[in-house]
Amino acid sequence: MKSEFQSPQDLITALEQESYILGEGLAVSLFLALRRQRPLFLEGEAGVGKTEVAKTLARLMGRDLIRLQCYEGLDINQAAYEWNYSRQLIAIQSGGRAEDDLFSHEFLIERPLLQALRPHENGAPVLLIDELDRADEAFEAFLLEMLSDWQITVPELGSIAATEPPMVIITSNRTREIHDALKRRCFYHWVDYPALETETAILARKVPGAGEALQQEVVRFVQSLREENLFKSPGVAETIDWAQALVELNCVALDPQTVDSTMGVLLKYQDDINRIQGSEAARILSEVQTALLSSEINNR
Amino acid sequence: MTSAIAAITPNPKLDENILLFIRLLRAIGMNVGTASAVDAVEAAQLVGIGNKRFFFHALSSCLVKRPEDRHVFEQAFFLFWQAPKFQERMRDLLIPQIKTHTESDDTEDPMLRRLEDALGSPDVPPSFNEADQIEIDATATVSDREFLQDMDFRMMSTAEIKAAEEAIKSLRLVLPRKPSRRYHADAQGRLIDMRQSLKSAPGYFGAVLPQWRRRRAEDRPIVILLDISGSMENYTRLMLHFMHTLMRQHKHVNAFIFGTKLTNITRALRKRDVDEALDAVADAAEDWSGGTRIADSIGDFNRNWSRRVLAGSPLVLLVTDGLEKQHDEKLTFEIERLQKSCHRLVWLNPLLRFEEFSPKSLSIRRILAHVDAFLPIHSLNAMSGLVAGLAKIAQNRDGRIADWQRQARQYSTENERETAQ
Repeated sequence: MKSEFQSPQDLITALEQESYILGEGLAVSLFLALRRQRPLFLEGEAGVGKTEVAKTLARLMGRDLIRLQCYEGLDINQAAYEWNYSRQLIAIQSGGRAEDDLFSHEFLIERPLLQALRPHENGAPVLLIDELDRADEAFEAFLLEMLSDWQITVPELGSIAATEPPMVIITSNRTREIHDALKRRCFYHWVDYPALETETAILARKVPGAGEALQQEVVRFVQSLREENLFKSPGVAETIDWAQALVELNCVALDPQTVDSTMGVLLKYQDDINRIQGSEAARILSEVQTALLSSEINNR
Repeated sequence: MTSAIAAITPNPKLDENILLFIRLLRAIGMNVGTASAVDAVEAAQLVGIGNKRFFFHALSSCLVKRPEDRHVFEQAFFLFWQAPKFQERMRDLLIPQIKTHTESDDTEDPMLRRLEDALGSPDVPPSFNEADQIEIDATATVSDREFLQDMDFRMMSTAEIKAAEEAIKSLRLVLPRKPSRRYHADAQGRLIDMRQSLKSAPGYFGAVLPQWRRRRAEDRPIVILLDISGSMENYTRLMLHFMHTLMRQHKHVNAFIFGTKLTNITRALRKRDVDEALDAVADAAEDWSGGTRIADSIGDFNRNWSRRVLAGSPLVLLVTDGLEKQHDEKLTFEIERLQKSCHRLVWLNPLLRFEEFSPKSLSIRRILAHVDAFLPIHSLNAMSGLVAGLAKIAQNRDGRIADWQRQARQYSTENERETAQ
C-alpha cells in the first residue's frame, strides 16, 4: 500500500478529521510504516487506542479492514487457509478426481492472512493482527514469512504472494514478550497513556455532550488515578466510557457520590475499587478541583 | 556497514552521525542489528531533520524494540544530538578503541562519564568467585568491596559448595507437561485429521479412511521467586545454581529474586556459563543479605509482572523461609492472589530441614494457607526429590499440604484462645 501522506503532520491532520487524535511518536511510526510498506508493531497497556488506529486508518484511506484476533492455539487453519473438506468429499464421491484436483484453489477457504494478500477492489487492505501476545510462539514463527516476503506457502499449492502488500498493524498487550525476529521486521512503537492536553482533545471529540468543565475534571481525575499503584490503570477507552456514563446521568460536574457510584466504569478490579472508592476518591477529586481552579485563575 | 549504507543514501554526513549514534546505543547495552541501522538511515531520510521531534520518533521506531530501552534511548538521543560538542567527543573516543579511565576523569557531567565508561575499557565486573578472596584482595575498589559485603558467603565451606554445584549441574529434570492446543498425527489419537484423511484418499482408491490426531503436550511454564534476604543467604547461591540448571533444560522459566525489592533476573540467568550468569545476577540486585519484605515483593510481582509472566498457567515456585517481620493481612492477600493466578503454587522452605518444624510463626501460617505444596529445599537430596516430583505436583496438589494446613489452623486457634484469655 503506497501512502498518499507527505509527512507525519499530514497524517495527524487527516486522522484528526476522523476523530482520532494521533500522538506525534505514533504518527511518525505510522508514517514510516506506510511509506516503507512495513508492518507496524504497537505495544501498550489495554485501552490506549492500539486497535482503533487500524480501524481509523482503514476508514480514512477507504480500504478494507481485515482483522485477525489472536488466541491461544490459533493455527494456520484459522489464520491463513483451510481446505474445504466437505466439498472435497463430494468431489471424491462424485467420481474420479486425482489428488492434484482436490487440492486446488477451488477447494481453498481463505482466512484473514490469505485474504489480506489477495487483490482488493479498494486497494490493498489494512490487516490488523490483534493481541498477538495471546497466540503462542509457534504462530509467531508462521507470521515471519508473511511479514517479510508478503507471501504464504500452502504446501499443496506453492507460494501465494501479494500483488500489493497490505498495511499490517500488530498489537500486543505484553502478556509475554514477542520474539525479536518478529519485532525486527516491524517498526515499533510503545503506545503510552496520552498527555493531559491530548486526552482532553480526545474527549472533546468523542464525547462532545460533556461540557468543557466536566471534560477537564474527568481527564484530570483519570490522570491522577494513573499515578496510583493500581492493578490496572484506566485507559483512554475507560476515560471515554466514564465521560459517556456521566453524560447519561446528566452530570455537569464531578461530586464524590457520583464518582463512587460510577467507579466500576473506570476500574475493573475489585481490589482497586475498594482502595479508591470513598475517601481516596474524594481526596483525588478535591486535588483535581483545586488544580483546575488555580489554572483558571492563572488564565485570567 | 558504512559502505552498504552509503550506497543507498545521498547524505553521508548525517548517516555517519546516525551510525555513530547507533554505536553509542550498542555501547550502553541496547541491541541494535544492522537491519535496524539501515532502517534508521532510511527513516531519517523520509522524515527529514527539519522537525527534531519527528526525527527523534523516526529513529526511535527503528531502533527501540523494547519498552525498557525507551529511557536510555531518550537520554542518549538528547545527549548525542543536542549537546554541541558531544559528537566530536564521541568520535575521539571511538577512534582509539582502548582508553583508560584516568583520561576521561576530567569530564564533569556524570551522564557523559557513564557513557564514556561504556565506550572505554570496561570495568571488570565483580564476580561471585571473588567472594572467597575478600580478605587477601586489598586492591578491591570501594564499589567492589560494598558488593562483596552484600554477597556474604563466609558461612559456607568452599569445597562443599563446589561439590554441590557440580551435583546440581547434573540434575535431570522431569519437566511438568500440559496439554497444548496443537495437534500431531497419532494412530491412537481420538480426533479425526480431515486434511490428512482426504490427502490419503486417492491412495485408497477414493475411500476416505479416517486419519487420527491427538493433542500435543508441551512443557508447563515455571516461575521462580527466590528470597535472597539475610536469613536465606546460605541457600541463595545454590538455589541460583539450581535455577540456572532448570533454565538450561526448560525454555519457559522466569526467575525473580527479592529481599526488600523484587528483581527480574531471567535475562541474566539465561547466560550459558553459570559463573557469568551468577555475576550478571549479582549486578542486577542490590538488596543481597538484607531484610525481607515478602508481602511487598509478592505484591510488586502481582501488580507489575504477573500478567506478563503468568500466561499459560505456570507452576510457581516460591523459595523463602517465610519469616516476615511485618505482620499484617497484606501477606495473606498477596499470597492468595498469587495462588489464584497460577496453576500451582509450590512453597520451598529450607526451614523444613528441622524435623520438629511446625508452623508456629504467624507469617508462615499465613503463607501456608494459600499454597498447593510445601516442600524442603535445604539439601541436594531435597533438591533431587523436588526435581523428580515436580511433574506430579503440577498434576495433583501435594497430599501432605492438608496436614500442614491443619497444623497451622490448630496453632491459630490456640493463639486466639490465648489472646482471648
